[in-house]
Amino acid sequence: MIYNTIQAKEAPSNTKGAIHWLKENLFSSILNSILTIMAFYLLYMIIPPLINWMIIDATWSGSKEEITKDGARWIFIKEKFHHFVYGFYPEEFYYRPNLALVLTFLYIYIFRKTNNKNIRYFIFFSYPIIIYTLVAGGFGLEHIETHKWGGLLLTIVVATVGIIVSFPIGIILALGRASNMPIIRTLSTIYIEFFRGVPLITILFMSSVVLPLFFPSELEFDKLLRAIIGITLFQAAYIAEVVRGGLQAIPKGQYEAADSLNLPYWKSMGFVILPQALKISIPNIVGSFISLFKDTTLLLIIGLFDLLAMVGLTSTDSNWLGFETEGYVFVALVYWAFCFSMSRYAKTLEVKFNTDNK
Amino acid sequence: MKFVRMILGFVLFTTLTTTLVFSGTLENVKKRGKLNCGVSGGLAGFSAPDSSGKWKGLDVDMCRAVAAAVFGNAKKVKFISLTAKERFTALQSGEIDVLARNTTWTATRDTSLGLNFAGVNYYDGQGFLVSKKLGVKSALELNGASVCIQAGTTSELNLADYFRTNGMKYKTLTYDTSAQSRQGFESGRCDILTSDASQLYALKSQLKKPNSAVVLPEIISKEPLGPVVRQGDDVWFNIVKWSHIAMLNAEELGVTSKNVKKMAKGKNPAIQRLLGTSGDAGKNLHLDKKWAYNIIKEVGNYGESFERNVGLNTPLKIARGLNALWKDGGLQYGPPVR
Repeated sequence: MIYNTIQAKEAPSNTKGAIHWLKENLFSSILNSILTIMAFYLLYMIIPPLINWMIIDATWSGSKEEITKDGARWIFIKEKFHHFVYGFYPEEFYYRPNLALVLTFLYIYIFRKTNNKNIRYFIFFSYPIIIYTLVAGGFGLEHIETHKWGGLLLTIVVATVGIIVSFPIGIILALGRASNMPIIRTLSTIYIEFFRGVPLITILFMSSVVLPLFFPSELEFDKLLRAIIGITLFQAAYIAEVVRGGLQAIPKGQYEAADSLNLPYWKSMGFVILPQALKISIPNIVGSFISLFKDTTLLLIIGLFDLLAMVGLTSTDSNWLGFETEGYVFVALVYWAFCFSMSRYAKTLEVKFNTDNK
Repeated sequence: MKFVRMILGFVLFTTLTTTLVFSGTLENVKKRGKLNCGVSGGLAGFSAPDSSGKWKGLDVDMCRAVAAAVFGNAKKVKFISLTAKERFTALQSGEIDVLARNTTWTATRDTSLGLNFAGVNYYDGQGFLVSKKLGVKSALELNGASVCIQAGTTSELNLADYFRTNGMKYKTLTYDTSAQSRQGFESGRCDILTSDASQLYALKSQLKKPNSAVVLPEIISKEPLGPVVRQGDDVWFNIVKWSHIAMLNAEELGVTSKNVKKMAKGKNPAIQRLLGTSGDAGKNLHLDKKWAYNIIKEVGNYGESFERNVGLNTPLKIARGLNALWKDGGLQYGPPVR
């Protein structure tokens, strides 16, 4: 028998094309049509004035006295850009945080490319020391006090340290809470519930206002360090709960399988349970990291100037009064860029670790 | 309740013990090589960094003056920005040596917190900014007005007192920050904007048309702002107090940062005593005999500092008013160096 392949027919003309798409998606019913029109009207109300303000009527260069246009005055950002990025970090040492950033990317690149364990260990342990030395000083580099750090630099330092340190602590707490040993379980639960039950602002206040009262005056405990410790402890509690959620989603069979291989506790966790649990918690973990990144702005209530607080501070310069709006718009864009890239990165991780047999 | 009391007792106890422990602030500062000065985290004209990151302002100059008196170098200051809530604890705990953060001198603060106010470097008071369109000449004509105000400040209480005393009605629109209240005022949501007068001038200069509004002459509250130190260290208290007084006397005697060198060689005995050419004011303060000379050379006299930071040639355009010297009809009166 001979089979004739029949060419697929083109879709009927009333089910394709732009008009059909519009009909199907935007005007499928009266209610939808009304909503569509309202949404377009809203966009029409918002977007043209916004573009006008941000781009067409904006002042991009020149001095403050020469402003003639009504739109955004981006010269403020230009003038204070170095403060937004570095705070009061001495200008001649800007290369140090810059170098630290470049090194970070280099390290990550090597870390992911190499298969040599020793190189990985070396990178893992030398990284914090090198970065700290570069940014804060030591080993012959001039010491830069932390109260001079600010802006994006401070935001990144606090967020990165908070994220990196809180992650292992969080995992241990999660394992502790899921443990069979009553004392460890109780302690972990108390810790988690305590830090989750207290607002971050309270913890920052405690660390900056109350703690110094208990120390003798000779002992100067760095304010930034105190804040970072507070944030890390706080974040660890949240990570713990996220990871615990992942642990609970692992079928009991996996635990039993690990046990039947006679794996000791840490190995069964490290090789069987945690890789799966962490994988399913990626979206939530990244979610809480993103919220930590944004929570760093709370540092402003203890007098540390992160990116957002820097806007408030720089717009009190009596020569540049009244430029808050431009500053806040700029900062919003920076935050968006960071948070969006974090969320995209999480997406690639999810795809990479996806082992589902689909 | 018992628990709260216990905590309060504990905090009070630690506060008291810590204040008792402090005595040698001067030695500590000298050993550290730097003065730790608590300032506001951004207040136009009082403490704000300029584009090069250098702190500037009236309060900042107060810190620099103390550093100049102690070290002979006004640059040896570490500025620690504090929020309104932190400021007193930071001082009590020894994190800072002087607090110059537009802090109002009140009885409670002076007596119950274990602190001392070392003078008044700015006489402020709450005032009103009104649109010229309203045609109002005095605050007493403001019956029925709507008022933009920053939430959670003493301004709110003063406003209520003032309107009640004068039997007038008003409506408030509260905002979280002063920038927001300015926008509320500008968009016409309220008739008047109230805040400390020094802030009103800053807000006025930020309006799109600064000349469309006017600050009314009435000042409805007393806000003497000054540097604060811990109680129980009189040596340090004297140093801060006299650093301010030296700047006042310098202005009164016509000594400025430019002519101080020449003046020190002059014949006027009052100037000689101030600048350490004669007398031993410096020794009695446990300082170098050129303490005041250094203040004036590095920071300037009070008038210079005022004009540079908030005066008529700055965007804030604040007239001397109450902050003029006593002989010009103001309240700034420096006891003699003798």
